[in-house]
Amino acid sequence: MEDMKLEMKNISVEFPGVKALDGVDFTLTSGTIHALVGANGAGKSTLMKVIAGANSHYSGKILLNGEPVETRLPKQAKNLGIEIVYQEVDTALIPYLTVAENVMFNIMVNNAGKKQLVNWKKIKQEAKKVLDKLNVNVDINKITSELSLAEKQMILIARCVIAKCKFLILDEPTAPLSNSETIELFRVVKELASEGVGVVFISHRLYELYEICDLITIMRDGKLVIATQLDESLTQNTIVEYMLGRKFEEVYVKKNCGIGETLLEIDNLTEKTNMVKDLSMTLRKGEIVGIAGLVGAGKTEFCKTLFGEYPYKGSIKLNGKVIHFKNPTQAVKSGFALVPEERRKEGVLVTDPVYSNISIAAMNKYCKFLSIIDKKKEKEDARDMISKLGIKTPSECQTVSLLSGGNQQKVVIGKWLNSEANIYIYDEPTKGIDVAAKRDMYELIEKLALKGCGAIYATSEFDEILSLCDRIYVMYDGRFVKELVASQTDIKELLYYSTGGR
Amino acid sequence: MEKGLTNKKFSAGNFITKWGTIITIIIMFLIFTFANWDPDTNSSMFLSSTNIITILRSISITTIIATGLTFALSVNGMDLSIGACANFANTFIMTMFVWYNLNIGLSIVLTIGVCLLIGVVNSILIVKFKIPDMIAALSVMFMFQGVALTYSKGGAITERMTRPDGSQAPGLVPDAFRELGTQPWIIIIMLIVVAFAHFFLNYTKHGRYMYAVGGNPEAAKLSGIAVKKYKILAYLMSAGLASLGGICLAARVGTAQVSAGDAYMMPSVAAAYIGFSVLGQGKANAFGTLLGAIMVGLLENGLIMMTVPYYAMNIIKGLVLALALASTYAIRKHNK
Repeated sequence: MEDMKLEMKNISVEFPGVKALDGVDFTLTSGTIHALVGANGAGKSTLMKVIAGANSHYSGKILLNGEPVETRLPKQAKNLGIEIVYQEVDTALIPYLTVAENVMFNIMVNNAGKKQLVNWKKIKQEAKKVLDKLNVNVDINKITSELSLAEKQMILIARCVIAKCKFLILDEPTAPLSNSETIELFRVVKELASEGVGVVFISHRLYELYEICDLITIMRDGKLVIATQLDESLTQNTIVEYMLGRKFEEVYVKKNCGIGETLLEIDNLTEKTNMVKDLSMTLRKGEIVGIAGLVGAGKTEFCKTLFGEYPYKGSIKLNGKVIHFKNPTQAVKSGFALVPEERRKEGVLVTDPVYSNISIAAMNKYCKFLSIIDKKKEKEDARDMISKLGIKTPSECQTVSLLSGGNQQKVVIGKWLNSEANIYIYDEPTKGIDVAAKRDMYELIEKLALKGCGAIYATSEFDEILSLCDRIYVMYDGRFVKELVASQTDIKELLYYSTGGR
Repeated sequence: MEKGLTNKKFSAGNFITKWGTIITIIIMFLIFTFANWDPDTNSSMFLSSTNIITILRSISITTIIATGLTFALSVNGMDLSIGACANFANTFIMTMFVWYNLNIGLSIVLTIGVCLLIGVVNSILIVKFKIPDMIAALSVMFMFQGVALTYSKGGAITERMTRPDGSQAPGLVPDAFRELGTQPWIIIIMLIVVAFAHFFLNYTKHGRYMYAVGGNPEAAKLSGIAVKKYKILAYLMSAGLASLGGICLAARVGTAQVSAGDAYMMPSVAAAYIGFSVLGQGKANAFGTLLGAIMVGLLENGLIMMTVPYYAMNIIKGLVLALALASTYAIRKHNK
């Protein structure tokens, strides 16, 4: 493949009232892997949407090998060989078609020409060929909805490869992946780069960039901060400082929250279909207990089982009294709170305003005669919560879908604070939110612990768990395989147990 | 969604979505007023107070049934059994009077009680067996169309009818009951139903919960809302109000013709869906449903006045409905 150079010059994008991009330059050449980082709302996605043709009203110049080109439409971008894999893989796949059909989808749609019949043999052959080439071992006759997230991502990458793409944009591809799946993805991406594809790699996980990227571009508030070589001389700390525009204490040090008496005792908890088995743990007042495990270890299932979402066997004692939840409603009544992993799907009511999201779990507080809602008090409390948690929103009436990920997460926590819960279950609470918002989240979780609440913190981000938790249960294959004290362990040990070590 | 897109942004699309239904109603009103202008008296037949009351009376049954449907729609459900339910109520209450000679209060209570069973069946199929709402209610619709026919032995229920065993039915329809089907009572019943539904959905926590369930059942459940309970409540409301609609039909007509209630399903569905867009609510709401029903009623009344042949009426009705719905949905897509 000949060497190609894609240059974006002085790109600006304006939305009503906001400059999403402000004169950004970006250059991508064949065969390189280029990291693009920035806090949420820095403009990474907007920039990538511009070259992928998903944003028609940009200003500025785009040059391909020095020739001016236009990418106002996805089709124009595709014709130039630019392909993008968005974070939400499901939106680009048709769930009830087979793997082969999804891989060959664009070819079937765009290159069919006057042909009215589908040549299934050829479709399958070509799909198999490209998957083999990427070394992806998926049955091409499988229905796509049965695949794992990682496999779905591979299908989309295969689709781009089939389209003979010259530039490939991956928007946070590793966020939902387990470690082994990430390694597999990196292998594929490196192989593509060695064949001359220019790759843009967006990620919040800075440490993994060193493994794979040659260049890095850092953005902040719609502007380019720096574009440079990525090697060990540029530390993670420096990158974070560039992203935030200020100093950042790297290690979050947990305060001592004064651990009290036992709050929760779980004994041999087994989910009915054995998604999680024989889990025993304790949680004391003011304690933050970590559940460390890789993606697929069963953390979410544990959290939801404990919250009454799935039927279970075994015993749960709250303050010494045996409780058995048949549904989340009972759990909420007993003071449990769940901050779920799928924030938009399970955490917030995205189409509703902030205030009703904050009040929804505590409606009884606002109800008087005949269950009539006291809207004034509801909004007042919401405003209090907004200022207490530092939620960035123009007003309490703003629709939640218009807030950033970190702020949506704060709304979820605000909801439970308002309901005066005392056992908080966090399931990957920092997924997809930026460094500064993460820090706010830690402080919030800690504040709650200081008030004497118990917290269960499930995550696959081991550095978080180490700095925030008191004790850690390591989860592997639906079981707790090891209990560790956070101050006496390290990432290596956590990784060892969470990958099945004994 | 990109940042910076605020709710307050003005655009023609938003404006039409928000006010489309009301504007359509006003335009229709003007068209019918002037199309029926009588130069001799310098007034419009359409605009006469008797005609306005006629319109209100004619939409009252549709509105009551559609308001029930509004509850089902608020939990993002769909209840196609409302027509069958109204029909069954219509048949059942007439038999209470005509066959069993019961008094008004008992007849109404029994009828609503029996019809709530339809809501129970819907709930079991939808909540317990997890059948998609529309199909579940469709099967219930067939079931209870059949039940009504079987119960009445396939015939109309009228005063002094000859029963299948040859005897004459003993009871009469009480005059007080017939009174309910005349104005102003039927209009008052309609307004009370709409006001109740509006109050319930917008000012009580139960209404808030129902909309939450409709907006995002998963998030609602994990916020501690008893999702199943509220779905069941919605279908009970739907069946209850549909049966009230059926009772009003019986009061108005004084007999129960075969399948008389079935005809109310489609106008009710149309009314509730048109109501989605009213004032930019974007979800099922009682006030919108009332406006939707008014629109359907205006159309029907106006077309009759303009002496549009009955066989061509559905063409125009369908067209106007499509237009009203297009103003709601076609422009809304970028909000998603």
